[in-house]
Amino acid sequence: MKANGFAHKYGDNVDTDVIIPARYLNTSDPQELAAHCMEDIDPDFRKKIAPGDLIVGGMNFGCGSSREHAPIAIKASGVSCVIAGSFARIFYRNAINIGLAILECPEASGKIQDGDELEVDFDSGVICNRTRGESYQAEPFPAFIKEIIEKGGLLASLRG
Amino acid sequence: MAMTMTQKILAAHAGLPAVRAGQLIRAKLDMVLGNDITSPVAIREFDKAGFSDVFDREKIAIVLDHFVPNKDIKAAEQCAQCRAFAKRFDVKNYFDVGEMGIEHALLPEKGLAAPGECIIGADSHTCTYGALGAFSTGVGSTDMAAAMATGEAWFKVPPAIRVELTGKLQPYVSGKDVILHLIGQIGVDGALYKSLEFGGPGLSSLSIDDRLCIANMAVEAGAKNGIFEVDEVTMDYIRGRVSRTVSVCTADADAAYDQVIHLDLSAIEPTVAFPHLPENARTFAEIGEVPIDQAVIGSCTNGRLSDMAAAAEILKGRHVAKGVRAIIIPATQAIYREAMKRGYLETFLDAGCAVSTPTCGPCLGGYMGILAAGERCVATTNRNFVGRMGHVESEVYLASPAVAAASAVMGRLADPRILMEGKDGSK
Repeated sequence: MKANGFAHKYGDNVDTDVIIPARYLNTSDPQELAAHCMEDIDPDFRKKIAPGDLIVGGMNFGCGSSREHAPIAIKASGVSCVIAGSFARIFYRNAINIGLAILECPEASGKIQDGDELEVDFDSGVICNRTRGESYQAEPFPAFIKEIIEKGGLLASLRG
Repeated sequence: MAMTMTQKILAAHAGLPAVRAGQLIRAKLDMVLGNDITSPVAIREFDKAGFSDVFDREKIAIVLDHFVPNKDIKAAEQCAQCRAFAKRFDVKNYFDVGEMGIEHALLPEKGLAAPGECIIGADSHTCTYGALGAFSTGVGSTDMAAAMATGEAWFKVPPAIRVELTGKLQPYVSGKDVILHLIGQIGVDGALYKSLEFGGPGLSSLSIDDRLCIANMAVEAGAKNGIFEVDEVTMDYIRGRVSRTVSVCTADADAAYDQVIHLDLSAIEPTVAFPHLPENARTFAEIGEVPIDQAVIGSCTNGRLSDMAAAAEILKGRHVAKGVRAIIIPATQAIYREAMKRGYLETFLDAGCAVSTPTCGPCLGGYMGILAAGERCVATTNRNFVGRMGHVESEVYLASPAVAAASAVMGRLADPRILMEGKDGSK
């Protein structure tokens, strides 16, 4: 599995309140949530994002509220993958459980610049930066988590 | 193998003699919690997966607390979904308007969390119950859906940071100041993926309300859970609330910790976390003139009876400053009733405060106290992220009930000791 697209870069501690503000939590419809994705940190996000693009964050991405609406909004926006230096643990769980691809890679998080063209190979964990001619190795998933992802999320994996 | 408190609880619930940090396990759950924001997503996933029943109708709690009494039509629809699900499966611990409270104040009060238990909740502040010596952590809605069906969840066993407490808190200093100080010290990801385990000779001086407040904000340091050693204070609290058999877990003497932090409670000062991260902790020596527009006293962090008492002590015979809106929200019906009996509510009304039925409303910028551009709020809540309580250009200052009440009276961020003891931490 591979992803291709352009990077949209943010800093450290991108919290779930800015990913999807609570004023929109009176719905759980993915498309409605996507319409307000990243609104409080980047009001133009909706206009900038093209299907397959990637979000690149710093440390502790997705901290704060446990709202699954945050990875749902990102996924429904067409984002193919989130790369960060580290993830807050509930966001990490939620992303895996709903099938949003995420990669932890401090080197990529530091070196990728806004607008860089990226190609990600999920099997090898290699992130290729076409704009800069660099590549970075992300942490591979433990087998247990890989199995959840391969089966299409937590609930699908429970059905065997 | 030597284990921490958290590791022992996880081993017991995974049916294993021992676990080590980093190990992936499946653990049995004693309680699965959701609210009116997270449960609708869980219910949708539960139905989509085709589950026909819940694992145990007594081990699921659904608490409508975020946007109730219903704030708008969409919120009403979400609550209706929760109500229908609770009725369909006869969920025993379902709490609706009139008996509900803010979930993390309500569950301990109702005896639904106890030492040694393994609890998950689709709300990040589920880590609150660690105050009672439980392993308790926040998850998402899909985890909640799976857990309601199977009674189990997967976990990566966390390593731990030990927080060794000594000394005793000074007057007008509380658990909130302790946790803001600690987060200021280690940062918002200082305990990422780890347990924060609290113990030591200073523990016995901390009330259950202080411990609940501290454990509540463990997640704001990135922690998987915060957990307190069980002592007489814990057992006194659960007596009369919990009738089931309780198994207390203690850490092995030679348990390994990634880090040991020594915290002298007597040295902790009233502390405020400045925008826009809980780690921006400052004491009054570092706080200048910061005028405020609003004060909120409540939430799963600080809406308990001792919080109401702390606010009432300061507001008694005083009045909120002109131009400041003070909103006080007792976290449960029982707290509301007791605050009324003790005269606190009358004190609040006399002081010019608005008093609300339990709700999470303003804490997450839902309703009941939204901020306009440029406004500043001192709040006893847990997060001060950009736009958390309203407009992206508003500001939230996190503080204790004593600091929030003193600030409401002074119209600026204020050390409660100025009003109560004539002391001023800024001088």
